[in-house]
Amino acid sequence: MSNLIEKQRSILDFTLSSLMRRKAKNISLFLVYSLVVFVLGSAMFFTQAMKREASLILKEAPEMVIQRLLCGRYEPVPLDYLERIKNIRGVISADYRLWGYYYDPAAGSNYTLMVPRNNPPARGKIVIGNGIARNRMLYREDILSFRGYNGINHNFEVDDILSSESELVSADLMLISEEDFRDFFGLSPAAATDIVATVRNQKELITIANKISELLPDTRPVIRDEMIRTYDSVFDWRGGILIVLISMAMLSFVIFAWEKASGLSAEERREIGILKAIGWETSDVIAVKTYEGAIISFFSFCTGLLLAYGHVFFTSAFLFAPALKGWSVIYPDFRITPYIDPYQVVVLFLLTVVPYTAATVVPSWRSAIIDPDSVMRL
Amino acid sequence: MIRLLDVRKGFNLAKPNEYIAVSGVTLTIEANRVTVFKGPSGSGKTTLLSLIGCMTRPTSGRIELMDNLPLINGILRDNGETNRLEVTSLPERFLTEIRRRLFGFIFQQFNLIKGITVLENIMLPSYPLGRKHGFVTERAHALIDTFGLGARASAKVEWLSGGEAQRVAIARALMNDPPVIIADEPTAHLDSKLSVEFMEIISGLKNQGKTIIIASHDPLVFEAGMIDRIINVRDGMLYGSGT
Amino acid sequence: MDNHKMIPDSARKSNICMALFGVCLLLLGVMFIHASIQRRTGNAGTEHMAGLVKNLELTDLCLFTEARYTRNLSQADLHSAFQDHPSSLEHFPAGSVTGPPAGIRRINVKLD
Ligand SMILES: Nc1ncnc2c1ncn2[C@@H]1O[C@H](COP(=O)(O)OP(=O)(O)OP(=O)(O)O)[C@@H](O)[C@H]1O
Ligand SMILES: [Mg+2]
Repeated sequence: MSNLIEKQRSILDFTLSSLMRRKAKNISLFLVYSLVVFVLGSAMFFTQAMKREASLILKEAPEMVIQRLLCGRYEPVPLDYLERIKNIRGVISADYRLWGYYYDPAAGSNYTLMVPRNNPPARGKIVIGNGIARNRMLYREDILSFRGYNGINHNFEVDDILSSESELVSADLMLISEEDFRDFFGLSPAAATDIVATVRNQKELITIANKISELLPDTRPVIRDEMIRTYDSVFDWRGGILIVLISMAMLSFVIFAWEKASGLSAEERREIGILKAIGWETSDVIAVKTYEGAIISFFSFCTGLLLAYGHVFFTSAFLFAPALKGWSVIYPDFRITPYIDPYQVVVLFLLTVVPYTAATVVPSWRSAIIDPDSVMRL
Repeated sequence: MIRLLDVRKGFNLAKPNEYIAVSGVTLTIEANRVTVFKGPSGSGKTTLLSLIGCMTRPTSGRIELMDNLPLINGILRDNGETNRLEVTSLPERFLTEIRRRLFGFIFQQFNLIKGITVLENIMLPSYPLGRKHGFVTERAHALIDTFGLGARASAKVEWLSGGEAQRVAIARALMNDPPVIIADEPTAHLDSKLSVEFMEIISGLKNQGKTIIIASHDPLVFEAGMIDRIINVRDGMLYGSGT
Repeated sequence: MDNHKMIPDSARKSNICMALFGVCLLLLGVMFIHASIQRRTGNAGTEHMAGLVKNLELTDLCLFTEARYTRNLSQADLHSAFQDHPSSLEHFPAGSVTGPPAGIRRINVKLD
């Protein structure tokens, strides 16, 4: 037993000496490999944590939002829909929401204007999200001027700024009073943006949604589960261009690795022959190759994964921000609560370490079974 | 004693380029002697050495080992033999085991592993045995001292001069303390001074009780004093043998 | 035999390698532990946001502010151009990271 361990340690010694003589090649391999794991790992950590974050945050979202569709687009709903919805059995409450978008040419960005139901700002005052404040360098009591639907400018005074911790949901919000909202957008007092409803029994949510769309055929209820599920699919890292890019990177890496690892040079074949001639068994030679692949891939995996963790959870995935941000001017500044799905870590491990090790071992197999006497004729 | 009985070795059998490199060799190699195979290029010397050293199997015939069998106890037990071992029918893994315990090889091109140190090259044959690291390094250092390589122990082998490389190759062959040393054209890459030195080393090994088998067409080798027996090889056959 | 620079066992390559291996495992362990501690304690921000979502009746995360159908993904139009097919790339790059809402996808399975 101690013999076996000593033997493996010796073989490991040789493997390391052997790796160290091709320092440049192996270090570049290690770096590229770590980079691949880093990108994949970052995408994985980011999407997993964001999914979880979204589901925790949106569990407080309205149970059901009822939109009105006109010509296939959503349109303000008439307020008399409220009563008709309230009259449906199982509906506890129905209220209208007032919100809309405003494009601010001065900043080149979109804001979401919204009328809060509880403590709305006074007329002429607004509460803005931290993203807007940062973007336009606004402080309390600053005055903002926006052009309303009819071309008349409205001045608003910044009454308060929403906390920076809440940017993930509030960066571009602009809270405004109902009167200002209607004046600004020219929305008739008999209409609202959409309706939120609560029901008595969660289990009946879908039944009630169906009832609503029967009763009011031009409406479309969106239930909370669908909102959460939207973010599940948004952060589904198996979908989307990011993954296409990553798979391309992965693919070229595999080709690169295969070429590096499998292209057993004449020199390497000679070495295998020498080892066999001086009494190494085929299995010992294969052990060398296995350790070689395992060492590079394991250490790259660890390095890549640890860096990915730091990247996503300590720097808020700053490298991904440009991709997610697109050309939006306001991008939330947020910290992601760490969340690791062990299953995905294992999958990543298997996807990276196993193919590389195999790519190292398999080609050496052929060489490892060469007749030792070939060495006599080198 | 190693005995070859009507040993034949052919390459590419049943193909147009079939070639019989060794045909019907019967031979006994005495223990603790220096035996030299002498013959022109292509006569089959190297092939004979690899047959004797269990590197390859003959096409037909038998090869029997009669000395130092306790070193390969495990194999003997498995075969029910006690005082001789017919090797040609053994599976590959036993041949490897025999190779690493009974034979030390010195190759024509030295065949050292480039990029790693003298010390590690010398230690390599001991790795599959799983011996204690301390014991192994100690033995390797002892060999390094014996061959005057002390200053070069941690040098990479490609920096060595021809003579130093040769001595590293010898030290490696001796690492597992095998009773038989096989050397193929050991002086081919050495000048005459180094060749003489090499033969002195061989003489020392003989005095330690090693069996030595050399293939060479270098007069410096087969005219050296410690040679016990010269076997002429031509076209895969033996022609007489003198002392 | 006396004046050899005998390699101390600790400097043996395989030992250094095994030590590094151990360090890596340890760091991975620390990573998992850090994540689970953070997950348990670091929820203040999330709770604060959940509170805001409840209070303002928000439906979406404010991630992609570039266009209205990316700002409120779950409230997107049912029939807006290019948005009703699962493989739509309506709005790069947001559209490349996001898919259309599950509900819309379900309605349009027959298009696939
Ligand atoms: N694997 C092989 N396949 C085909 N022919 C071979 C093979 N190995 C050796 N031979 C042939 O067998 C013959 C004997 O070769 P061997 O190497 O034993 O000769 P040698 O006496 O050692 O020659 P030299 O003095 O040049 O080293 C040669 O003609 C060689 O071409
Ligand atoms: Mg030869």
